Amino acid sequence: MTVVCRLSDLPPDRGVAALLPDGAQVAVFHTGAGELFALSNIDPYSGAAVLSRGIVGDLRGVPVVASPMHKQHFELHSGECVEDRAVTVRVYPVRVAAGQVVVEDP
Amino acid sequence: MTASLVVVGNGMVGHRLVSSVRERDRAGRWRVEVFGEERRPAYDRVALTSYVDTWDDSALLLAGHDPDVTVHLGDPVVAIDRAARTVTSASGLVREYDALVLATGSSPFVPPVPGHDLPGCHVYRTLDDLDGIREYAARVPHGRRAALVVGGGLLGLEAAKALRDLGLSPHVVELAPWLMPLQVDEGGGALLRRLITALDVTVHAGTGTTAIERDRGRLLARLGNGTELDVDLVVFAAGIRPRDALARAAGLDLGERGGVLVDEACRTADPHVWAVGECACVGGRVHGLVAPGYAMAEVVADRLLGGAATFTVADTATKLKLLGVDVASFGDAHARAEGALEVVLNDAVAGSYKKLVLSDDASTLLGGVLVGDASAYAALAPMVGRPLPGDPAALLAPAGETLGAGALPPDAQVCSCQAVTRAAVDGAIAEGCADVPALKACTRAGTGCGSCVPMLRQLLASAGVAQSSALCEHFTHSRVALFEIVRSTGIRTFSELVARYGRGRGCDLCKPAVASMLASLGGHVLDREQVALQDTNDQFLANIQRNGTYSVVPRIPGGEITPHKLMVIAEVARDFDLYTKITGGQRIDLFGATVEDLPAIWRRLVDAGFESGHAYGKALRTVKSCVGSTWCRYGVQDSVRLAIELELRYRGLRSPHKLKAGVSGCARECAEARSKDFGVIATEHGWNLYVAGNGGFSPRHARLLASDVDTETLVRLIDRFLIFYVRTADRLQRTAAWVEAMDGGLDHLRAVIVDDTLGICADLEEAMTAHVGSYADEWRGVLEDPEKLARFTSFVNAPGTPDPTVAFREERGQRVPVSLGVPQVSAR
Repeated sequence: MTVVCRLSDLPPDRGVAALLPDGAQVAVFHTGAGELFALSNIDPYSGAAVLSRGIVGDLRGVPVVASPMHKQHFELHSGECVEDRAVTVRVYPVRVAAGQVVVEDP
Repeated sequence: MTASLVVVGNGMVGHRLVSSVRERDRAGRWRVEVFGEERRPAYDRVALTSYVDTWDDSALLLAGHDPDVTVHLGDPVVAIDRAARTVTSASGLVREYDALVLATGSSPFVPPVPGHDLPGCHVYRTLDDLDGIREYAARVPHGRRAALVVGGGLLGLEAAKALRDLGLSPHVVELAPWLMPLQVDEGGGALLRRLITALDVTVHAGTGTTAIERDRGRLLARLGNGTELDVDLVVFAAGIRPRDALARAAGLDLGERGGVLVDEACRTADPHVWAVGECACVGGRVHGLVAPGYAMAEVVADRLLGGAATFTVADTATKLKLLGVDVASFGDAHARAEGALEVVLNDAVAGSYKKLVLSDDASTLLGGVLVGDASAYAALAPMVGRPLPGDPAALLAPAGETLGAGALPPDAQVCSCQAVTRAAVDGAIAEGCADVPALKACTRAGTGCGSCVPMLRQLLASAGVAQSSALCEHFTHSRVALFEIVRSTGIRTFSELVARYGRGRGCDLCKPAVASMLASLGGHVLDREQVALQDTNDQFLANIQRNGTYSVVPRIPGGEITPHKLMVIAEVARDFDLYTKITGGQRIDLFGATVEDLPAIWRRLVDAGFESGHAYGKALRTVKSCVGSTWCRYGVQDSVRLAIELELRYRGLRSPHKLKAGVSGCARECAEARSKDFGVIATEHGWNLYVAGNGGFSPRHARLLASDVDTETLVRLIDRFLIFYVRTADRLQRTAAWVEAMDGGLDHLRAVIVDDTLGICADLEEAMTAHVGSYADEWRGVLEDPEKLARFTSFVNAPGTPDPTVAFREERGQRVPVSLGVPQVSAR
C-alpha cells in the first residue's frame, strides 16, 4: 500500500505518475465523474512510461485513457486495450483514505 | 505464341487502350509497343490548364506505368507499310505488327489569318505549348499586359484562364454570337459572358480575327467588327482537326471531314489496323472528347482479345468549371429534336441559368444546359432518354426537389468519363467499398472530371454507408460547425460545450480539437481545465519522443540568429546533455529533456530572449527564408525581413493542423516557399503569394493566389487566408486538402479572400488583429505561474526522482535513447 498524494492534488481528467516501493510506476486518474483509477504507467506498445500523460475520456460510456505515444485506448477499470482486447495493462486497486489517495498492491 | 501490337500515339486514349489490353490479356497474347511524339509520358490533357498552377508536370502524369510495355517517347511513327505490316519511326526504328492501333489524336486548327505565324502566336494543346506560352509571357515587360485568345469554346476559355493566371489580361474572340456555342444555348451563353467578364476576361463575340500585325514590339489584332487590340501574345484555340495524315499516306480511307474511317468495332477496312480517339471517324463523326475516346479504346481492347464489343452512341455530356464558373451541357442541349419543349429558369440575380429539354409530350428528358450552378448535373445527366423524374420546374429550382440517387436506374451511367453505371457502383459498395476513394480505386468512377463525386457520395449514403462529418462519438457536429457554436455562444469550457451540444465526457479526438478552437479565441493553452484537453505535446509545450522524453525548439524567426544566441543554445544543450539537431525549418531541436527539466531549460532560454517555437502545436511553426537582397547578389527583395515580420505576426496562431511558411527573395526560390502552406516569392515589383502547399506524406506544390502585391496587401491576404482556414477546415486537415475539398477550389478561395465575395474579409482581418494583439509566450506563461509549474514533475509522490525507464547511450558523440526493447504487451 502506497500513499500517493492528496485527492485535492488530482485535477479532474488529468493523470499523475507515482512511484511504488518496488520501482513500478502507476498512472493515477481522477475522472470528471469523480471515479478514481490506477493503472501501470507503462504504455505496452512503446514501452515508455507515459500513460499518465494521456487524454482521459470515454468511449461508448466506458472511461478510457489514450496513450500519448500512438493513441491506443486503455479502459480505466480493466486496463484492456480497446483496439486489441488481448492486450492489457496492470490495474491497481485505489481508494481514498482521510483525503489521501492510496494505491494497493495488485 | 505472342502477337505484336503497335500503338501509334501516347495520349490519353492510346494510354487507356494499352492499360485495358494489359489488364484483360491474362494469357499474355500481345506484346505491346507504343510510339509517342511528345517527350513526356502520357498525361491528363483534360487537366492541362492546371499545369499553370504549379508547373509540375508530374502531377498530371497518368497512372499505370507498365514495365512490360515498351514506350518510345519523342519518336513518332512516320510511315506505315501495310503490305509488309511494318511501321517506321522518326528515329528509324522498324517494327512489325499483327495489330496496329492509330491513336494520333488531333492537332489544333489555326485559322489562316494573316500574321498567324508571327512570334508570340501560340496554340494550346500540349504541355510543351504551355511551356512555350509561359516562356514567352515571362519575356513580356510588366505593366499592362494583354493576350488574345482566338476561339471562345471550351478550350479557348481554358486558355483564357491560363493566361490570366500568368498575369495577362485575356481577350476572347468567338465567331459565334455567344461563348461555348457547341455546349450551351444563347441564354446560357449570355450569362456565361456576364460571369466571365466579371473575372477580367474581355469577350468579343460574333466577330472574327482578320489580321495580326507586328506593332512596336507588341502585336496588333484586327477584328472583323473594326476593333483593334494591342496584345502581347496570341493563343489559337479555334478547334481541332483529326491527325490522319499517316493513315492517308498509307492508303486508308478517311471520313468526309477527315478522320480515319472505322466501323463500329473501330477497325479500318484493313483488318489489321484500328483507330481510336480524336483521329478516328466512327459512324460518320469525329469525337473531340475523352469519354468517347475511352469507349473506343475499350472496344478495341475487347476485340483484340476475342470479344465482340461495338462502339455505340457516344455520351457528349460535359460538366466543367471554367474560371470558377460552372458550365454543364448534356443530351440534346440545343433542343434539336422535333417538337422538343424547353423549360428555362434564368436567374440573373443569383447568376444561374438552367434549361431542361423535354420530348414533345413532356414525358422524357432529352437534355439540358446549366450555367453558373451545375449542382443538378450529376443527377440529371444520367436520366437523359428516360422518363422525367419529377416536375421540371421543381427540378430546376434552387432549393427545390433534389433528385436523389434513388431515382437512378441501374443501367444509368453515373460516371460518363469512365462509363461506370449505377449497377457497377452499387456492386462495389456491396463488396465493401465504404468511401469515395475506395469507389474510385475499385470502379474508376470519379477519376476523370470528378463531376460525379457528389453522386458517388449519395449512392454510398443511399446504400446505408454512413458518410459522417461528425467530429467523434461525442459530437455529431463537424469541426466547422462546432467552431461556429463556440464563437457565437461564447462558451469557453469543454465541459459546458459537451454538456450542451455533445454527449459523454469527450475523448482524445474532440478534446484537443476544442482546445485548439479555444486557443484560437484567446487565453493560455494551459489555463484552468484546458490543460486536460491538450495532447501531451501541448500539455508540456514540447514534443514527446519515443522514450517518453521531450524535445525543445526555441523560435528563431526567419532562421536569423546572432552568434551570442547560438552560444546560449549550445550552452543549454551542453548543460542539460541534450542531443542537438538542425531542423528543416531553420531552427535547432534539443532532444532528451525530461518533464522535470523542461522549466529549467526554458528559464535559461527565455532569460536570453528566446521564446517557444510552437514546434509542439497545431500552430504556425516557422517562416523559412533565403538570405535575400541584403547579401545575395540575385535577391530582389529583403526576404529575411519579411519572413521575420510574418513569423512574429502569426506566432502562436492555433490551427486545424500545423502551418509552415517560406519567403524567397527571388524566383530561384531557395526557401522552397512553394512547398509550404503559404509561400511568398519576391518579384521585381512586389511579392507573389502561393498557398496550400506541403511536404510530407503527399507533397503538394502551393498555388499562386496573388501576384506582384505590395507588402501591406500581402499581409492582409495572408491574414484572411489563415483565419479563414482556422475557421473552416476540418480537424487535422492541412491547407492543401482544405482547398481541394472546397467547392470551387482555389478559384473559390480567391473569390472569398481576394475579391471578398462573401463580405467576411473585414471580420477575418479583425480576428487576426485580435490574435496579434493578444499573443504571449507560452513558456513564459508557465514560468510565471506556480500552479502551471507544479505539473512539471516526474512523480507526484517523489518529485525529483528521474523516470527509471529512461536511459541513454552515446552515438556520434551525443546522447540518444536506449531502445525500450520488445513491447511489453502481455496477454490477459
